[in-house]
Amino acid sequence: MKVDIDKANQEAVSRILKAKPTIVDISTAGEVVPGMKKNLILHAGPPLTWDRMCGPMRGAVIGGLIYEGLAKNQKEAEELAASGDIEFSPWHHHDGVGPMAGVATYSMPVWILENKTFGNKAYCTLNEGLGKVLRYGAFSDEVIAKLKWMETELAPILKKAIEKHGEIDMKNLISQALQMGDEGHNRNRAGTSLLIRELAPYLVRLDEDREKIAKVLEFMHSNDHFFLNLTMPAAKCTVEPAANIEGSSIIYTMARNGTDFGIRISGLGDRWFTAPATMVDGLYLPGFTAKDAAPDIGDSVITETSGIGGFAMAAAPAIVKFVGGSPKDAVNFTKQMYEITVAENDTYQIPFLDFRGTPTGIDLLKIMETGILPRINTGIAHKDPGVGMVGAGLVKPPMKCFEDALEAFADKYGD
Amino acid sequence: MNVKPINELFEKELVVINMGLESFADNLRDVDVKVLQMNWKPPAGGNKKIASLLARLGR
Repeated sequence: MKVDIDKANQEAVSRILKAKPTIVDISTAGEVVPGMKKNLILHAGPPLTWDRMCGPMRGAVIGGLIYEGLAKNQKEAEELAASGDIEFSPWHHHDGVGPMAGVATYSMPVWILENKTFGNKAYCTLNEGLGKVLRYGAFSDEVIAKLKWMETELAPILKKAIEKHGEIDMKNLISQALQMGDEGHNRNRAGTSLLIRELAPYLVRLDEDREKIAKVLEFMHSNDHFFLNLTMPAAKCTVEPAANIEGSSIIYTMARNGTDFGIRISGLGDRWFTAPATMVDGLYLPGFTAKDAAPDIGDSVITETSGIGGFAMAAAPAIVKFVGGSPKDAVNFTKQMYEITVAENDTYQIPFLDFRGTPTGIDLLKIMETGILPRINTGIAHKDPGVGMVGAGLVKPPMKCFEDALEAFADKYGD
Repeated sequence: MNVKPINELFEKELVVINMGLESFADNLRDVDVKVLQMNWKPPAGGNKKIASLLARLGR
């Protein structure tokens, strides 16, 4: 053996545990996201070209181009997307993450989070709510109008409130939310409420139209997932310092684009290992069935990668009403994840498990030794562009990408 | 062959730990024997290729 894998993994997970994800500001993607430009569209998951995009990803790209004024309608947007004039790049290559399709364009507002321990930043758009929304592939006039309101009113008002409040400690908010029945991926009711509690006093003191402030508060209040677009960049800036540690088999990225599921391993640098995205086993909104579903999609699995989300489901038994299964299943999912992780979180704790820390630091080698795959909970998008959300459920990633990563890891570090 | 220890064993109450196929444990449960099914699988689920890759990494 060429390296001490266990020692490298301890270094990787110690960096994850030391992280201090913090909300520092709101800006636009064009202003702050590294490498952002007007003809670039960021998306969830591993790299992807227009010709291989699934329905909801195409729908979100169409909506993004209309939102930016680069296309007037679906036909124009599809032609432009296929023309080669538009570039596509994974959020993960630009220090960010995007839920579901994860599409972000130049003018969209983004949260800016900073890991105060290591100084690295992470970005994410603001959450639009559920149903007919861009991240699920919808692009109707009402979707675009809401995005414009988010750009021109929601984000500027929240930015001013954060300036008055000062930076917000996300590690603290997430740990509180886990004590209140959230797991940070598909249950964010407590986290959203905590954020409103933080910001409300500063919002009402702003020199802004009262009706506009009320609309901001109403929007956050009506959207339990508002906090998701903060747990995601919090998780991203938490795990990023664990990348590129020689000899470490810790997984620092899991992500899906609706076509492929991809992972990256600390000791193997920036290389993606991908396999076809799998289908989600879930509960459907009225009028939809499994036949309507697109394959697994989104960067939100960064939450599981950091030790919350599906890995913390024992903290969130009520989530089963949204993603399926029973409360006992939720507990068992978390317990099983201890088999494939190298540490227990020293901040994120689960009351029902006697305040045991969440399973943290996913080890590729443990996955391959046990055959236990990471447990992920997720939303389900309609397979066609323009429709939106159809349900939520549980999904297992494809084993093939882990097998390929193991082979590469053994080639680099094995005897 | 001295079979005495085996006979003595079966004269006491049996408590069995079963590894592997759970149907073995089920058969014993059917005749009211206490059985603990161990949560165990062969490394890499018995996949020889994966096991050999893990062995190269000292696992």
